Amino acid sequence: MKEMIIIIVTAVFVNNVVLSQFMGICAFLGVSKQLKSSLGMGGAVIFVMVCAAACTYPVYMLLDRFEITYLRTVAFILVIAMFVQLIEIVMKKTMPGLYRALGVYLPLITTNCAVLGVTVANIDEGYSFPQSLANAFGTGVAFTLALVLFSGVRARIANSDIPETFKGVPATLIAAAIVSLSFMGFSGMAF
Amino acid sequence: MNEKKPLGAEFTKGLLKENPVLVMLLGMCPTLAVTTMASNAIGMGLATTFVLVCSNLVISLLKGVIPKAVRLPCFIVIIAGFVTLISFIMQRFLPSLYESLGVFLTLITVNCIILGRAEAFASKNKVLPSVLDGLGMGLGFTGALLIMGSIREIFGAGSWFGIKLPVISNEPMLIFIMPAGGFFVLGCVIAAVNKLASRKPPKEISCENCPSAAICKGKGKDNSCPAGESEAAK
Repeated sequence: MKEMIIIIVTAVFVNNVVLSQFMGICAFLGVSKQLKSSLGMGGAVIFVMVCAAACTYPVYMLLDRFEITYLRTVAFILVIAMFVQLIEIVMKKTMPGLYRALGVYLPLITTNCAVLGVTVANIDEGYSFPQSLANAFGTGVAFTLALVLFSGVRARIANSDIPETFKGVPATLIAAAIVSLSFMGFSGMAF
Repeated sequence: MNEKKPLGAEFTKGLLKENPVLVMLLGMCPTLAVTTMASNAIGMGLATTFVLVCSNLVISLLKGVIPKAVRLPCFIVIIAGFVTLISFIMQRFLPSLYESLGVFLTLITVNCIILGRAEAFASKNKVLPSVLDGLGMGLGFTGALLIMGSIREIFGAGSWFGIKLPVISNEPMLIFIMPAGGFFVLGCVIAAVNKLASRKPPKEISCENCPSAAICKGKGKDNSCPAGESEAAK
């Protein structure tokens, strides 16, 4: 149990997936404009990541069994793409409320590199099945945390007076640099 | 996109006018992650160029065969195949580069530049323009990575392509090779490009190049485009 907590805390704070590993930047810059869309995207990502980790683990075992692990990139991205479609269909039928909240974000998750990244990292780190799930959950929470924090920062950028050339994307990136700097404070938390 | 353009223009537009990173703001993840050293930046750029040219070639050849409804999964599988190929080649011939790029080599699969070009260009154009488009976009991406990598390596480590530079290598500013430095340098480079091109910074990532436009069909353009809307409607 202690091990699980360490994996989750490391994923959320110490190795934050967006701010220190640079995965899922496109979604981070695109969606973090409002708190509501940040929470929606974050929820969808947590959900898909945990499910994708649960699916790709047995797939990797299977590839390992036949010694064709070099096919893992192709296999994993197919599993993720298929899975996202499946979730969309099931959610539409059974949970229309949740579908309305997360629906728009689901197709975009296929090309979110954090999802493929976390499944590959689980294999590279040699995690067991429960550890993989914990890592995927922690990474999803880390993504959500970064998006939610940054949506607050962006609301303030929108109201401030910045030089003309820096308006728009450059100012957003520099604000992200400062948020990322604050997360470096957690890197002292060694386990 | 379908009007006749000279072939040279298909090649050169990716280098400057429609540079994928600095103008269209695609493929941010590798731009930030692997540019701590100029040599890594070049390696990543050329690997992506290879995948981009090959996938554009194959997709433009298959454009009549792939059914429209399942084209995105098809594109992704083709791209993933070439990524596996380039990682084999790199592991065999450039093992140290393979180690330092790490997981980001695998993540070329989900680089939005490649899927974006497949969707917006290769699936609608003939073979030769598609290959030239891929080559131009890939080299534009490599150029942007090289600029980022050079700035970060010179200031952050006091060297360039591993060669120690006088004066600055005595006290390098470590912050430049840390994650925060990546965001900061990219922000400044994009601002500088805007200034040099003397035009307004991109307020909106256009739907034309967005790989998700096929899914949302431009419907989200007004207020809720989850991917494209970076600074829209301000």
